[in-house]
Amino acid sequence: MAEKVTLSDLNKTLSEMNVQSLEGVKIEGDVEIEIDAGAGGVGPLFAYYFGQEAAQIAMQLIKFAKAVGYPVDALMQPVAVAQAVAPAPKEMVAAAAAEPAFKLASAMASAKFAVGTDKTWKFPIQEVTIGATKADGGSRGRVVKLGGEKAMPFFPDAPMPHNPKITMDVFDMPIGMAKAVKMHYEDVINSPGEWAKKAVKQFGADLVTVHLISTDPLLKDTKPQDAVKTVEEVLQAVDVPICIGGSGNPEKDPILLAKAAEVAQGERVLIASANLNMDWEKIGKACVDNGHVCLAWTQLEINSQKELNRKLMKVAGVPRESIVMDPTTAALAYGLDFAYTNMERIRLGGLKGDEELTFPMSSGTTNAWGVREAWMVKSPNKQDSDWGDRMLRGPIWEILTGFTLAMAGVDIFMMMHPQAVAYVHEITQSLMGLIEAQTPDTAAWLKMEV
Amino acid sequence: MKESSPLNLYKQLPQTNCKKCGEDTCMAFAAGLIERKRKVEECTPLVEEKKYAKKLETLKSIVAPELAMVLIGTGEKQVKVGGEDVMYRHQMTFFNKAPFAYDVADNMDEAKLVERVKKISTWKKFYIGKWESVEMIAVRSVTDDPAKFAACVKKVMENSDFPLILCSFNPKVLRAGLEVAAKNRPLIYAATKDNWQEVATLANEFKVPVALSVPFDLDGLKSMATTFAGMGIKDLILDPGTAPNGKKLQESLLNFIKLRRAAVEEAQRDIAYPVMALPINAWLTTKDPVRGAYWESVLTGAFVIRGGALMIKHSIEPHSMMPDMHLRFNIYTDPRKPVQVKPGIYKVGNPGAESPVFLTTNFALTYYTVESDIASNAIDAYIIAINTDGIGVQASVAGGQLSPTKILDSFNEAAFKWEDQKYPAMVLPGMAAKFSGELEDLFAGKAKIMVGPEDSGRIVGWMKDYWPPK
Repeated sequence: MAEKVTLSDLNKTLSEMNVQSLEGVKIEGDVEIEIDAGAGGVGPLFAYYFGQEAAQIAMQLIKFAKAVGYPVDALMQPVAVAQAVAPAPKEMVAAAAAEPAFKLASAMASAKFAVGTDKTWKFPIQEVTIGATKADGGSRGRVVKLGGEKAMPFFPDAPMPHNPKITMDVFDMPIGMAKAVKMHYEDVINSPGEWAKKAVKQFGADLVTVHLISTDPLLKDTKPQDAVKTVEEVLQAVDVPICIGGSGNPEKDPILLAKAAEVAQGERVLIASANLNMDWEKIGKACVDNGHVCLAWTQLEINSQKELNRKLMKVAGVPRESIVMDPTTAALAYGLDFAYTNMERIRLGGLKGDEELTFPMSSGTTNAWGVREAWMVKSPNKQDSDWGDRMLRGPIWEILTGFTLAMAGVDIFMMMHPQAVAYVHEITQSLMGLIEAQTPDTAAWLKMEV
Repeated sequence: MKESSPLNLYKQLPQTNCKKCGEDTCMAFAAGLIERKRKVEECTPLVEEKKYAKKLETLKSIVAPELAMVLIGTGEKQVKVGGEDVMYRHQMTFFNKAPFAYDVADNMDEAKLVERVKKISTWKKFYIGKWESVEMIAVRSVTDDPAKFAACVKKVMENSDFPLILCSFNPKVLRAGLEVAAKNRPLIYAATKDNWQEVATLANEFKVPVALSVPFDLDGLKSMATTFAGMGIKDLILDPGTAPNGKKLQESLLNFIKLRRAAVEEAQRDIAYPVMALPINAWLTTKDPVRGAYWESVLTGAFVIRGGALMIKHSIEPHSMMPDMHLRFNIYTDPRKPVQVKPGIYKVGNPGAESPVFLTTNFALTYYTVESDIASNAIDAYIIAINTDGIGVQASVAGGQLSPTKILDSFNEAAFKWEDQKYPAMVLPGMAAKFSGELEDLFAGKAKIMVGPEDSGRIVGWMKDYWPPK
C-alpha cells in the first residue's frame, strides 16, 4: 500500500518524533513525495523553499539514523549544517515576483463577506401626502404618499417606505405628440376628463396631471377663470389625487395657479410649479391658503433649488410637508448626466441633513420625447448605423429616462406613454422586492436558445 | 486611491521640479495624480532613476484604484474593466465605461454567426463629437463540444478583432477556446464551485483573466476570490448573479451596491474586483422580442448606474443599442469637464462665399449635433458657436445667456467678414426665432437674418427650401 504524504507533512511528522526514543517506531510502506506544481511549472521561489524543506527532512532522517546508532558522520564529509528557515535571497524573490509560482489550492478558502451602512445618512426625507379623501375634506378615493426615505433608493441601508408614483399627463387642448404617444390618446384628445379616465383605468396612473397649456398667450390665451373649469372636469372624472400645471408663462402662471388652487380647495393637489423667475410667493401662498402641495422647480442647479425651497418656506410660509422639488429632467442623451447627478447630489445632501433639500423629487419624464432619437424616423447622420423603428425607440427612451432618475431619488414621475408607465412601475417595484416571480436559473443563459 | 492630499503624493516624487512631465512643479503633478488626470509613469525620472525605485513602488500603491482594474484583449481594442475609485460619479468621475459584450453561440450556422459578428463589430452612432460602438463579443458554448466551440471562436476572430469572453462551465470547452484565442487575452467565464480548480489551472496556464461565478452568495464569492488571489491569480472579475426578475432581482442589485461599497468606501481589497452583470438574462423570462429588449435595457440601466463593470448582452436591435449606449455614455461622462466647445467660427466641409452661417451655442452636445447634421449631409457651411457658458439653445434663450447683443459681439470678436459673402446671412436656430427682429436692427446693412428649423436634423430640408436666399 502506497500512502501519499506531502513534503511538509512528512517533515512535520518527523520533527514531532522524539528521536531519542524511537523504539518500536516503524515507517511502513513507500513514502511518495508528490510535487504538484500545476501547469505553470516550478517557479524559482517554489524550488528554493522546496529545497529547504527537503534539506530539513534529510536532517531529521540523519538524526533518526544517529538515534538508532548508524555512523552517519562517517558518511558526511564534511557534516552538513542545517540552516534555520531563512528567507530566500533578494534576487530570487525578485525573480519570483516576475514569474510567480503557481500552486493549485487543494481546498476553497472560507471567507465571510460583510459590509456596513452609510453612517452619514442621518435624516429621513420629508414625507408628503398628495390628495385628500372625504375624511380629510377632499373627494379623492385614495391619497399617495411620497418621501420618507432614509437611504438612497434601492440601497441595502433602509427600505423605501413608498414605491415611486407616476402621474400621467393630460392636456386641456390638443397638442403635438410623437406618433408613438399620440396613437394612445387620439380618442380622448379633446376631452380632458375622458383622457384622465383612460390614464387611470387603462394605463394604471397613480395620479393625473392636468396641464392648462391653453392659457399660454401664444396658444389660446384662455382666461384663468375659464381654464380652471378643466380642473373641475378632471376632479369629477377620476378619484385619484391630481396635479395641476400651468403653461410655463411666468406672468400668467402665478395668476392661473392661484385660481386653480382655489377651485381645487381641500383636494390637496400638487401645484406645478413655482419657479424663481416668476411670482413664486403668490403660488406658494395659494398652496398654503388652500391646503395644497407646491412643486418647486429649478433648472439643474442645486443652489437655486435650495434658494427656492428656502424662500417658499420662509417667505411664502409653505410648510415642509407641502413641498416637492422638480430639479429638471434633462432626458437620456440630452443631458441626463446633469439631471441624474444633480438629483443624486440633492438626495445625498438631504439624507446628510441639509434641511433645504430633504424633500421628495419629481421628474418631468415626458421630456424624453423631445430627444430626436425618441421620435425621428431616421438618423440625420448618414454614417450612423440604422436607427430602426421609431415606434419602438420612443417608449424605451421614456422608460430609461425615468428609471435612471428613480435610481437618483425621484419619487414621482410625470409621464405619457402607457408602456413606459408600466415598465417604470415594474422595475422600481421589482427593486423594492414587491414583485413575486419565479426566477429562472441565472446560469441558463449560457446554453439558452434564442 | 483613498489619498486626497497632494502633499502626501509629493513626498514620493523627486521634488526637483524638473518640468519633464509638463507641469511646472512636482506639487502640480501630485495634484494631477490626485485627480487621476496624470499617471505615475509620466514622471520619467521616478521610473528611470534607480534611486527612486522605492518611492516609485510606494507611489504606485498609493494611487492604485480602490477597485482593481483588469485588462481584457490586446492592442488598440483592449478594454479596461473596473479601476474605479468612487461610489457616486460626482465624487470625481467613473473612469472605465463598462464594456458591452454581445453574445454569439457555437450552435449558430456559419452564415448567421458571421453576419451577427459583423453587425456587432460595425455598429456605430455619432454622439457629442465621438463614435459610440461595441467593445466585446461573448462566445457561448451551447453545444458543450470543445471542437465546435474552438471552431466558433476561430470564426469570430476571423471576422472581428474585439476582445472576447469565452463562456462555458466546462473546462474542456474553455481549454479548446483558449488554445485558439489565448494570445488575444480573452476573459474566461467562468469558475464555479464545481470547476474552480480546473479553471484556475487554465487561467494560470494561459495567463488570462477569469470570471468567478458564485450567484447570490457573497461569502462564497469572497471565498473563491481569496482562493484565486492566494494562487496568484489576480485578474478576476466577479459574477455575483444577475436575476432578471422577482425578489432575486432586488437581491442582485443589493449585492452590486454592497460589493462596490466594500471596495471603494471600506477598502476591502480582498473583494475589490470588477463586478459583471448579465442583462442577457432578461431573455430567460420572455420570448417576446420587444419585451425582452426593453427588459434587457432596464437591467442594463440598473447595473450600469450601480457599478456593473462589464455587461453580457443580447439584443442588437437599434431600440436596445441606442438607449443603452447613451445611458452608459451619460453615466460615464466626466462631470469635471465642461461639455463645451471653444466659442467662434467653425468651418464644415469647404465653405465659401455662397455658404450659409448657422448659429448655435457652445454647449458641446448642441454644437456637435448641428455639425454632424451639416457634415453628414455634405453641406458646406460655417457654424458660429456663441459662448453661452455651455448652455443649449432653448435654455440659453430663456436664461439670457443667448441674446442679440451677445450674437453681435461674437461676430465682431470672430472678425467675420460679411463683405466676402455672396449671400451675407445668418441662420438662427428655430428656438431663437424671437431674436430675429432685434438682430435685423443690429445687423442692418451687413447681414440678413434667417430663421432655421427647430431641430438641426431638418437643416437638409431647410436648405432645399430657403438657400440660397431670394
